[in-house]
Amino acid sequence: MAVPLLEVRGLHVAVAETEILKGVDLAVSEGEVHAIMGPNGSGKSTLASVIAGKPGYTVTGGEVLYSGESILKMLPDERARAGIFLALQYPVELPGIRNREFLRTALDALRESRGEDKVGIRDFNKLLEAKAEELGLEPEMMKRNVNEGFSGGEKKRNEILQLAVLDPKLALLDETDSGLDIDALRVVAEGVNRFRGPGKAIVLVTHYQRILNYITPDFVHVLIDGRIVRSGGRELALELEKRGYDWLREGAQTGAAPSA
Amino acid sequence: MTQAVATYEQYEADFRKLQEARSAEPDWLTELRSAAFARFQELGFPVARKGNEPWKYTDVRPLAAETFPYETAAAASVDAAQLFPFDDGMARVAFVNGRFSQELSTPSPDGLTVMPLTQALEEHGEDVRRHLAQHATYADEAFTALNTAFLADGAFVLAEGAVEMPLHIVYVTTERVATHPRTLIVARPTSELSVVESYVSATGGAHFTNAVTEVVLKDGAQVTHRQLLLENHETYHMANTRVHQSRDSAYRSLVYEAGGGLVRNELMVLLDAEGAEADLKGLYVSAGKQHVDNNINIDHAKPHGYSRLYYKGILDEQSRAVFGGTVMVRPGADKTDAHQEDKNLILSHEAEVDSKPALEIYADDVKAGHGATAGAIADEALFYMQSRGIDPERAMLFLVRGFVSEILDSVTIEPLREWLEESTTQALPRFRDKR
Repeated sequence: MAVPLLEVRGLHVAVAETEILKGVDLAVSEGEVHAIMGPNGSGKSTLASVIAGKPGYTVTGGEVLYSGESILKMLPDERARAGIFLALQYPVELPGIRNREFLRTALDALRESRGEDKVGIRDFNKLLEAKAEELGLEPEMMKRNVNEGFSGGEKKRNEILQLAVLDPKLALLDETDSGLDIDALRVVAEGVNRFRGPGKAIVLVTHYQRILNYITPDFVHVLIDGRIVRSGGRELALELEKRGYDWLREGAQTGAAPSA
Repeated sequence: MTQAVATYEQYEADFRKLQEARSAEPDWLTELRSAAFARFQELGFPVARKGNEPWKYTDVRPLAAETFPYETAAAASVDAAQLFPFDDGMARVAFVNGRFSQELSTPSPDGLTVMPLTQALEEHGEDVRRHLAQHATYADEAFTALNTAFLADGAFVLAEGAVEMPLHIVYVTTERVATHPRTLIVARPTSELSVVESYVSATGGAHFTNAVTEVVLKDGAQVTHRQLLLENHETYHMANTRVHQSRDSAYRSLVYEAGGGLVRNELMVLLDAEGAEADLKGLYVSAGKQHVDNNINIDHAKPHGYSRLYYKGILDEQSRAVFGGTVMVRPGADKTDAHQEDKNLILSHEAEVDSKPALEIYADDVKAGHGATAGAIADEALFYMQSRGIDPERAMLFLVRGFVSEILDSVTIEPLREWLEESTTQALPRFRDKR
């Protein structure tokens, strides 16, 4: 069997002495969409952040392999250039930096690392305009400062725009659905579905199964209290919608975590 | 202390020499000069100490301990294209070591009278007399007193109507001297003028620039005034700018400080009639052991005034910055709308800023606010950029450019804006020669 694109092995992560992840295993292969679900504070965002290399987390045990190689010592920008993308739960405002310039610099950095030429300004603008239109973002927003004065929905769509333009291999979507109304959710989901494909992998972190009505996952994992307590297919998400998380939580507490 | 005595003696000897050389000038000027020098001797250099709030953080003892000769040899030749490449398309009046340089200056554009102050005394005696030293008063200001005592060539600018071509006033220093650049700008009613006033060193090595600028805006006049401090890091630069605004006039200022070793910039704007508007922006960029002190005062004396003050600083290495700003709203200056803000980006643990904006309000129905911040580059912003593949050095450069753009975007002369942006990153050694 081929090596999974992403493999998390027995991952333990602490934030300021508090253990958040307590041994997470996960294998994601090309072409797959995995949903990580769980209640607030279960460690979902931590998992996505650690894979992307966000500072502030201490890995106290385990490994994260990308294409079979450990990435834990790599800087966030090195991971990004290797093909990992994190759509942030709370996209950051960058005062004085225009959206268009930011994205072009990022794309050039990725291309440069692959030994490709910088993107031509005209080609880039065409690409950006097309992708922005697909996501219902006004061309005018490309001239504005990154996320500054954007509504919550616009920020999330802007993240998916970056995903579309930068075209990574592995997309980590950290609660990209939260705070979106149904129309915005559909637009964002369509953007993710356009990205989806044989050479790509998606890890979708969410609290609600709502977005899974639009993005059908191949696998669903339930993360509670720093551990994956159950894995299954699409039907697991539907069951969670009906029953909530508590029935699994009790199982987690008694240590009788059912296997997938 | 003995060194300071030597300094005072040097100034006195230079002053006597100057007085003799200028014996043909009008009596009122001779009297002004003498009174100003006497006042300088009484005041002495300001002392950084408790209780002397405006000078609390800036110690000029190193300046007082050094002597800089006033008399200079004939002006050295200067490479304009290299020293100030940003003035394409502008008229220029240039001074080298305090002396007017015909060679570096261009003819005055339409609507503008530009000449050395000495010449203006003869040709525009009435305007000079009415305004010179009327706004930049020296009673409490040792450096202004010293400048007034030594005022010589300087620049006289008189604007009438809308002047389309920007004017560049440049003061170049080529050697170890004291210069006392004096600039008088008079904007007649409803005139429009754009001025760049810059200070540059042609070489390394210490010199002392003691500049005083007076700007007078008559009713409805509009002046855009950009002062660029670009001298080498050994230099002492003392600047005093006084602005007097009449009814419905608009004064827009940018103070850009990337040069100088010990810099003190004092800017005081008096909104002395109804409907006056002042927009003051500033950007200071410091590294090494630079010390940059801005003391900015806006004085609302009449109703319906509007002012915005926005200064930003970037500090790296062991540099130090001081921001003192006061917005005064005098009794009767009702319906004033004023805001001042100072934001600092600190790139090094060894750099330090003291920011003290203040409001003094004695009128009714006033809208006023102020704020000051100082912080490092936000980790989350850096991570966000890195997570998109941008390496940390480039991300930092991007964030720094983003930080300054709020100020530099106000520069509507595109080649100048570009030059300033480039100059800003070049002023920070960590970004030098990186793009």
